[in-house]
Amino acid sequence: MFKLSDSGLAAVKSELARYEAKESAIIPSLYVAQKENNGFITPDIIRHLSQVMDIPEARINEVFKFYTMFNQKPVGKYHVQVCTNISCALEGGREMASHICHELGVKYNEVTADGRFTVSKVECLGSCGTAPMMQVNDTYHEKLTPETAMNLLRGMK
Amino acid sequence: MSEVKLLTEFYHLPEYQTLAGYKAKGGYETLHKAFKMQPQQIIDEVKASGLRGRGGAGFPTGMKWGFLPKNGEPRYLLCNADEGEPGTFKDRMMMERAPHQLIEGMIISAFAIGSHKGYIYVRGEYVFPIECLNKAIKEAYAAGLLGKNILGSGFDFDLDVYRGAGAYICGEETGMISSLEGLKGQPKLKPPFPAVQGYLRKPTIVNNVETLAAVTYIIKDGAQTYRKHGTEKSAGTKLFSLSGNVMTPGNYEVPLGYSLMDLIMKEGGGMKPGRKLKAVIPGGSSAPVLTAEEVAKANLDYESLAGLGTMLGSGAVIVIDDSQCMVDMLGVLTHFYAHESCGQCTPCREGTGWLDKILHSILEGRGRLQDIDLLIKVADNMKGKTICALSDAAALPVLSFVTKFRDEFEFYVREGRSKVKGTTYAEMHH
Repeated sequence: MFKLSDSGLAAVKSELARYEAKESAIIPSLYVAQKENNGFITPDIIRHLSQVMDIPEARINEVFKFYTMFNQKPVGKYHVQVCTNISCALEGGREMASHICHELGVKYNEVTADGRFTVSKVECLGSCGTAPMMQVNDTYHEKLTPETAMNLLRGMK
Repeated sequence: MSEVKLLTEFYHLPEYQTLAGYKAKGGYETLHKAFKMQPQQIIDEVKASGLRGRGGAGFPTGMKWGFLPKNGEPRYLLCNADEGEPGTFKDRMMMERAPHQLIEGMIISAFAIGSHKGYIYVRGEYVFPIECLNKAIKEAYAAGLLGKNILGSGFDFDLDVYRGAGAYICGEETGMISSLEGLKGQPKLKPPFPAVQGYLRKPTIVNNVETLAAVTYIIKDGAQTYRKHGTEKSAGTKLFSLSGNVMTPGNYEVPLGYSLMDLIMKEGGGMKPGRKLKAVIPGGSSAPVLTAEEVAKANLDYESLAGLGTMLGSGAVIVIDDSQCMVDMLGVLTHFYAHESCGQCTPCREGTGWLDKILHSILEGRGRLQDIDLLIKVADNMKGKTICALSDAAALPVLSFVTKFRDEFEFYVREGRSKVKGTTYAEMHH
């Protein structure tokens, strides 16, 4: 059974009080819960949030499933998101993504055996002038090559 | 170099991110000036400036504000910072380098339209820009620039940041409102327009980051000074996000009407050694592509690009050189729109999916010659039939790529490999 930590619960309560419509707190609360559950959301979490927020599960679920930044499956400690949209594709973003997968010995959206990495191809991250790029958890890494990207990742323990 | 830095003059200074650094360069002086004006005077000045929405649609800002009901009904000012149009990265820079410029623009705009509550809706991936904004908002509250009775003017304005969670459609203003209301980011039918019925069914003005930042400049130096730059119908300067196969990609602020070729060759440092210009998407991925011959005739203003059958959009100029396969590049775009369709309207939900399936069957060597016309037929049936513009945005690149580079598509179907690269899709991308 998932339960928010005390600080997580306080964060959700403060989001509930922050907006004129309490449903506005769903997205911020999903962020809080996802962080506490190592980067992904389970049906258990939805049930818990529903109780805490007094919002029907179905309402929370539809929001959860609509937005791509909420993960429906476990991800590695480092979620490597490589932009493969047009500006990055023009500068080798797709080749970089497949190089990273090859080097880490993993398919897209899987977790490496040691639990460290998940590699995903994602749509434009607004880093088009510094392509190719990847986002690792919350941090942008820009102007990469397949090699410099791998060097950065090897340093993430 | 022909940059005209009305908004970005001090962006190279790290201290410009802070309240002290922003004030040292005249920051918040315009707010004092604005408080001495009547709200209607500010609206009139913005109208006279010819400022048009910088997020993509290019709608006149002052006119948008004019749609608000003329009563005391509570209203919201919502800043669209959900920058998601592929190729666009200007708002991110503005929030990182000059968060106070946006805040000042929002306070002035809120004062003009009589709003006491504003939100900046930022795309969820922009964690660092959000940090920059939150820091600046905190500074502004501490200095009495936000909250009750700002600078003793009697005007109250609260400002908060809302973090999105990864959905291109939330950049559409009614999709953004849905998202802020805690719903799926699905656009709403217009009318009613947000200015009449927006967030929580209250009148709401949604303006882009760059638009709101420009308001400060317009009030500071006046509409006529702003109009000295740009063209008659496309007034002022605009930030262009230059990306793709050029030597020095980046954000460049130039007067509207500036030559597209100059932006690529001068600001962008030209093509890479040995490469030739093949095509340009001038206004974000939704804008129809231009051939190199068309680029030579194009100026960066709303009218010139409309005259060439494309659009200025968000100002994202994506440069494609002669080493690129247009079938492959269109596959990137069809995948994007199929992924981002919100699923609400049938022509878009089904159309984007079919475009992507047909395109990828061509890319994977299973295409038939009649599929090329089928792409055109499907795209034609997606235009003007849905609640929002995403469907059109998905159809337009398909129509322009297929029509203007038809030989590449026909070659790919016949040979099962790229005319430019000589290889199959699997060979191109492992």
